[in-house]
Amino acid sequence: MNNPEKTGGHNPASITTPKGAEAPDTSPDGSEQQVEPRITIAEDLLERPESAPGAVSGASAKLVTKDMHFFYGDFRALRNISIEIPENRVTAIIGPSGCGKSTLLRCFNRMNDSISGARLQGQVLFNNMDLYAPGVDPTEIRFRIGMVFQKPNPFPKTIYDNVAFGPRINGFKVDMDQLVEESLRRAALWDEVKGRLKDRALTLSGGQQQRLCIARTLAVQPEVILMDEPASALDPVATQAIEDLIRVLTQRYTIVIVTHNIQQAARISHRTIFMTMGDDRAGFVVETGETRQVFTVPKDERTEAFITGRFG
Amino acid sequence: MALAPGAFARHRSAMRKRAAVFYSLILTATLLGLVVLAVLIVDVFRDGARWLDWDFITSFPSRFPARAGIKSAIFGTIWLMGFTALFAFPIGVGTAIYLEEYAPRHWLIQILQLNIANLAGVPSIVYGILGLTLFVRAMSLDRSILAGALTIALLVLPIIIIAAREAIKAVPNSLREGSYALGATRWQTIWHLVLPQALPGILTGTILALSRGIGETAPLLMIGALTFIAFTPASPLDPFTVLPIQIFNWTGRPQDEFRGLAAAGIIVLLGILLLMNTGAVLLRNKFQRRDEG
Repeated sequence: MNNPEKTGGHNPASITTPKGAEAPDTSPDGSEQQVEPRITIAEDLLERPESAPGAVSGASAKLVTKDMHFFYGDFRALRNISIEIPENRVTAIIGPSGCGKSTLLRCFNRMNDSISGARLQGQVLFNNMDLYAPGVDPTEIRFRIGMVFQKPNPFPKTIYDNVAFGPRINGFKVDMDQLVEESLRRAALWDEVKGRLKDRALTLSGGQQQRLCIARTLAVQPEVILMDEPASALDPVATQAIEDLIRVLTQRYTIVIVTHNIQQAARISHRTIFMTMGDDRAGFVVETGETRQVFTVPKDERTEAFITGRFG
Repeated sequence: MALAPGAFARHRSAMRKRAAVFYSLILTATLLGLVVLAVLIVDVFRDGARWLDWDFITSFPSRFPARAGIKSAIFGTIWLMGFTALFAFPIGVGTAIYLEEYAPRHWLIQILQLNIANLAGVPSIVYGILGLTLFVRAMSLDRSILAGALTIALLVLPIIIIAAREAIKAVPNSLREGSYALGATRWQTIWHLVLPQALPGILTGTILALSRGIGETAPLLMIGALTFIAFTPASPLDPFTVLPIQIFNWTGRPQDEFRGLAAAGIIVLLGILLLMNTGAVLLRNKFQRRDEG
């Protein structure tokens, strides 16, 4: 998607200021950093007023967890999670494999409900409303809090029907052609597929499929988008396209992204939540803060060890 | 340390020999089945081919071999299978959806699933006894098409349920999650994504189940379908006969000619089976191509 217009006139490839040199070496392979100094880009995002209309620094909390514990049967997967996800920002959740990042992410739209034996203690607040209060309809939550998965999972339908699926099942009475076009434009996919909307989605490349899944999520106009390692199954070019897209989407959406890729977290997120797990394999939060701070002056030595590649 | 060349040569040669033995064993197994089938078909054709003509298909059964045909049996089979599909398909698919998509993980459900698998292996005569008690007597449906279809539907139901469950299980979970993540309900997800994806498998399984039902004789004998029927049924409450019963009937006659007629009937039945199975394969291929995009 080498298309600067579609990324809101912001071409990330051009942002290679020398400030990046001040960043600690967070990766054993420095090659990627030379192309994109991570820290500077995150900084750049923070300074861009349009990235968070209204309140940049004092963004209000969109999602809050309070003393949250999560269990799969007898196994405690998450321990005492108390975090805040600010509105119109990108919050990255990083940590070693198996520390419960994805589980935490899926607590935000109750995707864990379908797992038998799954149980949540404590509170998860969305716009100050308890998502797990009795009487809350999980389908309504998922409609307002969208999700993009690790592996692109387009439906075995046409490109058009993939995007129109959400609006249709939710009973949107709108000009569907227009909504489909707008969603595909926002997902920076329109120019590539506008002539073949009736083609089957599975004919698209992996990166295009993932952007289609993002377009599909945008079409129901959610307030929050949860992304579970959205680029980990993609090649570097497609990854770049997804990252560009995430930057632009911040203007309208609150994004929570789980990533295994530390550089990616540094490149695209405003805030970072670092998790790890204890001896009982229960995941917990070690440190949260502005991405710049977490990556340059981590408060906890475990965070530092992780981002410098010494474990995880 | 480097391995000496030929260090494993003897072992390798033994492995190759064993592989060759195994290959010839499985080839023999396959050929054995094919040979038996071929003998059966050749035998049936030798006995029945000369009786097989258009008159045979369009005539009613008769005491006189030269005038006897299987029209009523063909019509009976079509009626019976139509109603069997009507009962068995929705109930079977519904059960499969419940078991795969809704049922909680509970020991009662597991016992239920075990029993369904067991039912698929119950001798068909037992279904005949059930049909006689339940449909013919208790529901006073008599020896009607409806009673027969309900009995055969019970018989093929476990097969349809098992096939439909496998087809539903094969739908990747990522599709369901993608749908739920857009706010879809479970039913919307099933209706718009799971069922369309599982449909080829469900249909194939259903056709194969019906082609088992089409050859069933014992349960229909049990409910009393072994009668002389010289008319085509006009309603589901009419008495009927079906191909395998007509064949069974003919083989019981003392005259040699009727054995020829029975063989001709078998050819017709095999032809219908072949058509149904071809249909199943075509259906599967059609849907598969569509979904490959």
